[in-house]
Amino acid sequence: MDPKIRTANIDFFYGSRQVLRKVTLDIKEYSITALMGPSGCGKSTFLRALNRMNDIIPKARLSGQVLLDGSDIYSAETDVVEVRKRVGMVFQQPNPLPKSIFENVAFGPRMLGINHRSKLEKTVERSLKAAALWDEVKDCIDQSGLALSGGQQQRLCIARALAVDPEVILMDEPCSALDPVATLKIEELMYDLKKEYTIVIVTHNMQQAARVSEWTGFFLSGELVEYGKTSELFKRPRDKRTEDYITGRFG
Amino acid sequence: MKLSPKATQRLAWGIIWAAGIVAMLSLLVIVGYILMRGLGEVDPEFLLTPPRGGLSGEGGISTAIVSTAYIIVLTIAIATPLGLGAAIYLAEYAADSWLTSIIRYGIETLAGVPSIIFGLFGFALFVTVLHFNFSILSGALTLACLVLPVFIRTSEEALKAVPRSYREAGLALGATRWQTIAQVVIPAALPGIITATILCIGRAVGETACLYVTMGSSAAMPTSFLSSGRTLSLHLFYLAMETRALDKAMATAVVLIAIILAINWATNWLSQRFRARMTGG
Repeated sequence: MDPKIRTANIDFFYGSRQVLRKVTLDIKEYSITALMGPSGCGKSTFLRALNRMNDIIPKARLSGQVLLDGSDIYSAETDVVEVRKRVGMVFQQPNPLPKSIFENVAFGPRMLGINHRSKLEKTVERSLKAAALWDEVKDCIDQSGLALSGGQQQRLCIARALAVDPEVILMDEPCSALDPVATLKIEELMYDLKKEYTIVIVTHNMQQAARVSEWTGFFLSGELVEYGKTSELFKRPRDKRTEDYITGRFG
Repeated sequence: MKLSPKATQRLAWGIIWAAGIVAMLSLLVIVGYILMRGLGEVDPEFLLTPPRGGLSGEGGISTAIVSTAYIIVLTIAIATPLGLGAAIYLAEYAADSWLTSIIRYGIETLAGVPSIIFGLFGFALFVTVLHFNFSILSGALTLACLVLPVFIRTSEEALKAVPRSYREAGLALGATRWQTIAQVVIPAALPGIITATILCIGRAVGETACLYVTMGSSAAMPTSFLSSGRTLSLHLFYLAMETRALDKAMATAVVLIAIILAINWATNWLSQRFRARMTGG
């Protein structure tokens, strides 16, 4: 089966500082791929390259290819708005907009021009159910999204991403601001979501990578050191540096 | 001589308190004096009859109130769309280049230019070249030029204070850049933009020098934006300088202060309601 996303020889620079070196990696459809590594290893930059979120950073430059279903998202003909619709993102800090819960989830569909109330209601309900938040918020859907707890806010952000029917969901350390119970909820949710979506998660937490993912990539100093089946990578790392990292010798 | 830390602490505390009390007292004295001299003159007749003109300063201030309302509405209608556009350009679109640094430098400089110079510019351009004559339109256009720099700077700061995570949220959902600005950034910056608008209204209500040379001094009821007119502060100026009716001037000042307080209170209330609605308060 062809990969959902294939990156080929990605180099990435902030100004003159190179943060990614020749990263080549295939991401399988309907699976969870974890990217781990110590802080500053380039894993988040790599993730943000997959839906061109780095475009908004001045003086950032990328070379190489990112193929989504075989077509390069950095080519001149590509519509970046379309890419971001297909490849959604959940951020490290839950970032609900200062709007009601309903309007947060309805935001994406509205931007696509859907304004029909009953249609929006259906989408919002479906998305909140898919993000396992519906039962908790169905009676206060017009309350501000900022009034929710951290874990609920993060699930709201996931629901919001789901509402535009993405194919891929990128998660940038989605649990690092959450307590263990909320983290567990998000991890269970990811497990349900991978039936319909391709998920790529960045984490600095090895246990999390081992728990949730089928594929794991280990980044160090801007390089993809090792990439493979999660069970293999944790049991029989091929690279000495991977072994050092997962046995806790650094990082 | 060296003071112990405790003594410096007490000294600093004393100085800071003294400074605060002096500032409060001078405000109270000014407002109190004006209220004492002017409040007795403020009655329905004063508010609802036009000035009779002449040296006596007899009559009320109805036409000045209407002129002031005209000036505020027109100035804000001209300045806010232009200013918001410029602020959005500077905060969201413009990259740092020599062009934007010239624009920023120009704005900083204009913010410090005395208002009479704006007045002369308005007189030359709007009154003379464009033949708007001495009119509310000329006055409002000149005032708009005067308040634009402050409005642009204050709203640019408000836009820049919107967290990047909001922009990322919008963009990551497939919103275009403009959709993100219009639907996410501007609503989040609205309290700050409202504050910028209040500052402009305050400036417009208080300004005399630049209106003196662009708006004329007609005490008649304005019939259109092309009528001449006098705002409350201009009327106050005429009363104080050219008539013997100092008590009427004080009464006008009372009304002016009341209007400014009312506008501040109303806008504060508005922006607090916005904030409450956004955060679920």
